[in-house]
Amino acid sequence: MNSIKFLYAAYIATWLIHALYLGSLVRRYSRLRQQMKGLGKSGK
Amino acid sequence: MKKAFPILAVLTALFLAYAFYQAMFVAPTDALQGDVYRIIYYHVPSAWTAFLLFFINFIASVQYLANAKPSTQRAANWIVIAVGIIGAMVPFVPQVRQWLNTIGMYPSSAATTALMIPAVYFLIGKYFRGQNLDVLAVTAAEVGVVFCTIVLITGPIWARPVWGIWWAPGDIRLTSTLVLWLIYVSYLVLRRFSDSAQTQKLAAVLAVFGALDVPLVYFSIWFFRTQHPQPVIGGGGSIDPRMLHVLLISWMAFLCFAFLVCWSRFRLEKLLRDVEEAEALESLLEPGGSTARTSKADVSLSSGPK
Amino acid sequence: MRSFWSIALATLAKDIRLEWRSKDALNAMLFFSLLVVVIFVFSFDPLAEESRHIVGGLVWVAFLFAAVVALNQTWARELRNQVLDAYRVSPAPGNALFLAKVLGNFIMVSLLEALMAPLFVIFYNLRVLGPAWQLIPVALLGTWALVVNGTFFAAMSLRTRSRELMLPLLLFPVSIPAVLGMVAGTTSILTGENPAHFYIVLLLTYDVVFTTACLALFETVLQAE
Repeated sequence: MNSIKFLYAAYIATWLIHALYLGSLVRRYSRLRQQMKGLGKSGK
Repeated sequence: MKKAFPILAVLTALFLAYAFYQAMFVAPTDALQGDVYRIIYYHVPSAWTAFLLFFINFIASVQYLANAKPSTQRAANWIVIAVGIIGAMVPFVPQVRQWLNTIGMYPSSAATTALMIPAVYFLIGKYFRGQNLDVLAVTAAEVGVVFCTIVLITGPIWARPVWGIWWAPGDIRLTSTLVLWLIYVSYLVLRRFSDSAQTQKLAAVLAVFGALDVPLVYFSIWFFRTQHPQPVIGGGGSIDPRMLHVLLISWMAFLCFAFLVCWSRFRLEKLLRDVEEAEALESLLEPGGSTARTSKADVSLSSGPK
Repeated sequence: MRSFWSIALATLAKDIRLEWRSKDALNAMLFFSLLVVVIFVFSFDPLAEESRHIVGGLVWVAFLFAAVVALNQTWARELRNQVLDAYRVSPAPGNALFLAKVLGNFIMVSLLEALMAPLFVIFYNLRVLGPAWQLIPVALLGTWALVVNGTFFAAMSLRTRSRELMLPLLLFPVSIPAVLGMVAGTTSILTGENPAHFYIVLLLTYDVVFTTACLALFETVLQAE
């Protein structure tokens, strides 16, 4: 039953990768929002 | 539209949970492999999703290139229709049907794939115009790479306990997937490293090259394998209908998830381009900067419908 | 059509003449190829029987590295002297320039291969067990496959950061079926165990498909600002 560990590993790996990607999306979003705020202030 | 997102996200999460439950507890245990085989309920849907996304990227890239001029646009439309019609009829020719059997494909699935090409082409053409085509291309490529990475990681994790090896060089599907992954990672690298104003066109050209390459990869490995027989990973034999049922549920759940991720990435890309445009505009209109003889109309050529 | 070929050949002649006069790049590449062979000889030291199975791969990896070095400087001269801009505004078809560059690279890389191959034969005590003449179409078609896509991607990499890195990054994934054909074909011929016909057909198909694609899309790449 050692092989069941591989099943868990696969499922965890899948969601880990998805989480990392979604995290990078969130980080890019917040950085963009900050940039937009910076633009708004220094603009007219 | 934006209010729908949280609701859809919750629904998708529930759907994914349901699929997980089905995969882990409802699907029967495999006679040969035990419970480890349940990896396929993540591995295979991720593969199908990745291929669909790469296909969308290819179609969007072709459209982006073809739409540069009205003449090429019309030519491309007719070519795509021809491909669909011919592709739907050819698999039923007896010799072709035989040959399809040797590579393990049914004529009806080949015909359906062929029909999907014009269907997806015109659907995308209807809802995505101009710059949006390029945004769709980069979105599909990036999310596709994420799903493809999962395929390449879960594949070996599955192979190891079942066949005792992490990787078989002759495994046609996993190796073709690896090459596809490499092509699209190089696509994303090109996008990131390219400073040219024509980055989008160059990337689209690369996508076309990648698409031309994939069938060649498949056949080169297929022939190599007939000369050097390899263990077949995750292939062969008919599948228990209950397993197929759970597989399809899992795929539907992941498709919904992929749709939401793509939607987020799409919005992010559009936001990014708007910000870049605004920054460019600001540097032009700065007092003491370059004289702003260009009007707003000149700068904002790239914004699509908001 | 006549002016297409005369432009292409004139450009090719110019490149060869320039290269022959300075011989800088040529000498450096020849020496690099020699170094690659020597490194491989020190890294892989198999018995004659085993070597036949792996030399196919070694040889083509060595050729690949040499080809990338040659390809990287394909457009260097054009970039330095703004020749590309001149070409863009001239009525000459972009394909003629592309074909000239591909032919020039083909000659260059073939030269390098002609130098490296005998060295491999000597150092690994190779004896060809299959039909040796088949090595020629494999070599020609395989080299063309690398060079046609390499020249194209070199042009694509011109406007990118890390230009020299970009070329192999783009070239290697797309070249995989061709590399498989070259390596497996060469191995089949060396070991004599399997016929190499399919691999020759594979390489031919690859060459036809990608030469067409490159010719069709080069204009787009040339116009990239």
